[in-house]
Amino acid sequence: MRLLRIVPDDTKFDFMRFRRISFPVSAMLSIAAIALYFFHGLNFGIDFIGGTLMEVQTKAGPADLAKMRSTIGSLQLGEFQLQQFGAPDDVLIRISQQPGGDEAQQAAVQKVRNALGDEVNYRRVEVVGPSVSTELLAYGTIGLVLAIVAILIYLWFRFEWQFALGAMIANVHDLVLTVGFMSLTGIDFDLTSIAALLTILGYSLNDTVVIYDRIREMLRRYKRMSMPELLNASVNATLSRSIVTHVTVAMSLLALLLFGGQAIHSFTATMMFGVVLVGTYTSVFIASPILIYLGVGRGRIGGAEELGPPPAPATASVSSAPLSPPQRARVRR
Amino acid sequence: MLFFTRWKAAAILLTALAVCLCALPNFFSDNVVRHWPSWAQRHIVLGLDLQGGSHLLLEVDSAAVRKEQLQAINDDVLRVLRQARIPFTGRAIRGNSVEVHITRDADIDSALSKLRELSQPLSGFAGSTGQRTINVTDSGSTITLGPTEPAVTERVRQAVDQSIQIVERRVNELGLVEPTIQREGTDRILVQVPGLQDPSRLKEILGKTAKLDFRMVDVSMTAEQAEQAHPADSEILAGETPGQKYLIEKRVLVSGGDLVDAQPGFDQRTNEPIVNFRFNSAGARKFAEVTQANVGKPFAIVLDNKVISAPVIREPILGGSGQISGNFTVQSANDLAILLRAGALPAPLTIIEERTVGPGLGQDSINAGEHAAYAGAALVIIFMFVTYGLFGLFANVAVAVNVAMIFGVLSLLSATLTLPGIAGIVLTVGIAVDSNVLIYERIREEVRAGRTAINAIDAGFSRALATILDSNITTFIAAAVLFYIGTGPVRGFAVTLGIGIITTLFTAFTLTRLIVAYWVRMWRPRVVPI
Repeated sequence: MRLLRIVPDDTKFDFMRFRRISFPVSAMLSIAAIALYFFHGLNFGIDFIGGTLMEVQTKAGPADLAKMRSTIGSLQLGEFQLQQFGAPDDVLIRISQQPGGDEAQQAAVQKVRNALGDEVNYRRVEVVGPSVSTELLAYGTIGLVLAIVAILIYLWFRFEWQFALGAMIANVHDLVLTVGFMSLTGIDFDLTSIAALLTILGYSLNDTVVIYDRIREMLRRYKRMSMPELLNASVNATLSRSIVTHVTVAMSLLALLLFGGQAIHSFTATMMFGVVLVGTYTSVFIASPILIYLGVGRGRIGGAEELGPPPAPATASVSSAPLSPPQRARVRR
Repeated sequence: MLFFTRWKAAAILLTALAVCLCALPNFFSDNVVRHWPSWAQRHIVLGLDLQGGSHLLLEVDSAAVRKEQLQAINDDVLRVLRQARIPFTGRAIRGNSVEVHITRDADIDSALSKLRELSQPLSGFAGSTGQRTINVTDSGSTITLGPTEPAVTERVRQAVDQSIQIVERRVNELGLVEPTIQREGTDRILVQVPGLQDPSRLKEILGKTAKLDFRMVDVSMTAEQAEQAHPADSEILAGETPGQKYLIEKRVLVSGGDLVDAQPGFDQRTNEPIVNFRFNSAGARKFAEVTQANVGKPFAIVLDNKVISAPVIREPILGGSGQISGNFTVQSANDLAILLRAGALPAPLTIIEERTVGPGLGQDSINAGEHAAYAGAALVIIFMFVTYGLFGLFANVAVAVNVAMIFGVLSLLSATLTLPGIAGIVLTVGIAVDSNVLIYERIREEVRAGRTAINAIDAGFSRALATILDSNITTFIAAAVLFYIGTGPVRGFAVTLGIGIITTLFTAFTLTRLIVAYWVRMWRPRVVPI
């Protein structure tokens, strides 16, 4: 049987050359994402800003949104939103946080329940008080940050600090772009979104470590190869794996997107963007080339002349290992 | 890399099988599983977001606990100084302490030593901690007493413990099925009731402190007159109907703590719903004394600082039982009886988070999850087969075993599976597939580098496994951090992810290798079919 090869064997793409494009583009996109976050903001769900969310299903036919709107409007609960959610008889009601602490939120729910009465089934009622929402946001953020820091420390021990820093930049880049995407699309940002961001972090990290592992291996094996060449060889060697893995992830996400239902729709959409789109790009065009700038392996390579614009003299810190004849040619094994 | 002793192979297969089998109880109905030995009954609990039900997070009002603690010190100061006949002025609660001014300088020393006796050594887990409950300081003739921080913490902890017990009793009295009640953090209580669709009544029951007192009505003036000024030992309390006010003495004659039973019933004359109660012997004696001494006067039944009723004592009540009548409905009489039986909360509880999921939505989520899982699995299985042929099938077997093992471990731990938890499993499946992809791609590379089939497979495994270990440890660290600091949903995600990484490492390092090794031994291949 002839097996599928998405990526042909022995590719020799010069990925490192693209860093002159990919870095400015990524920098601009990241700044745009941050700007979006600050000026456009995230559509924070009740988990983080408090308030009430009710998903109701009308018992008799499609929901009459206008009527429901006027019913709830007459309760004077401040800002509220109604939204069709999936099926025509499914309505999402969002009520902003009520002034007056935790008890006031509960009172508001009771009012809506009384007003809508028996016409609807309550599929979901969520009330998050002010104290909890602040904490959830804080814990979510602290969780993300601490996870990144812990990983950074591990990578620092396991690799060199440049790798740790490179991985962190790549992962934060993924997260920032994803947050930008969430801001742009107005996807509800709630606890599930934090889970999505964590998953993206997990995949991003997995990818970065796989490539870094290969780079480290090549660094040990080809002591005289220039850094861009070595990185190109590493990325090309892992290219097939990167693509295959991301295709399988895209497939399971596609299944979740098509059949997974409304409840995890935004989760999957976010993952699709963060893992499949950004993750693939980052692992090839950001995570590896950034090592050039961070100065990985400068001490190990006999001549670092290709790294910086001014030809640097051969460094004195060459290891005592006998050097193989200058290997300027491509990777061959 | 490809050599396994017989024992090792057997151990690997048995481990995998045993862990997979742990998932078995999930596939049978409770009626079937009930007949199994108890160690085999552990199964995954569906989170409320999947099975429907109510999740309420309650917070114990620790400010009220502190206030009460201060009030107790305040009362103690009064008692101690009066007993010692030391004249004083300006006894008051200021901020977090009680201040008292000793009138005569000569008394200061004796007052200090008397007041210091109020401070008890604070016992910790391992006996005495060397700390005391109250800080007593003096500046000139003013003595300040404040509870120490450990004492406050301890008091709050006790209050939360007590609240949990009472919440448990109340929830059980309501007859709800399989509720879980647990402490969250320092001052919170999580109540989860599967299958409960409308938690309104539960919330109402939990929201009441249910502090019941029997006190005398102050008849020296009317409540309206008291608006301007009233005796210091009395206070104005609201009644059941809006606008109704009573002037009630602060002194508590008998408290709800002396009740042993309370049942709803009907008044024989008016047929209105009432609550019948019975005191314990101490309560009965006190109640008898009070009613004997106050025939013809009104007394008040006060619940949570609200007067339920203020009947006139017509005759001494000696039997220790009585009835409360108010404007009850059958339901509210029943609720009050529940509250009285379960006892009063040491401090008010506030509902700070509520999540209720109807059974329809939960079932929809499960169905959607199942469909998506089947579709995703089908796509991935076909793709892996098309890409890696026979080895793709090996990978599919390994990933399937991996998922079964995740469910096995989750069952062993009786873990709760939530939607974010499912996300964690999806991530794990991705990582598990990836570990196989890494191995196979590495083998392909080694083949291209000119190695023989067996050599290439061997080298592919040993090189790829190093990478797999690295990347999984990194992700595991992330999962561990999230588990320790995360709450609810994030934690569920971290649990499945963490377990998934361990099973992935297990299958990649043992099972996949074992399958391939066995295949190599059987077929002695010259070409690697990938």
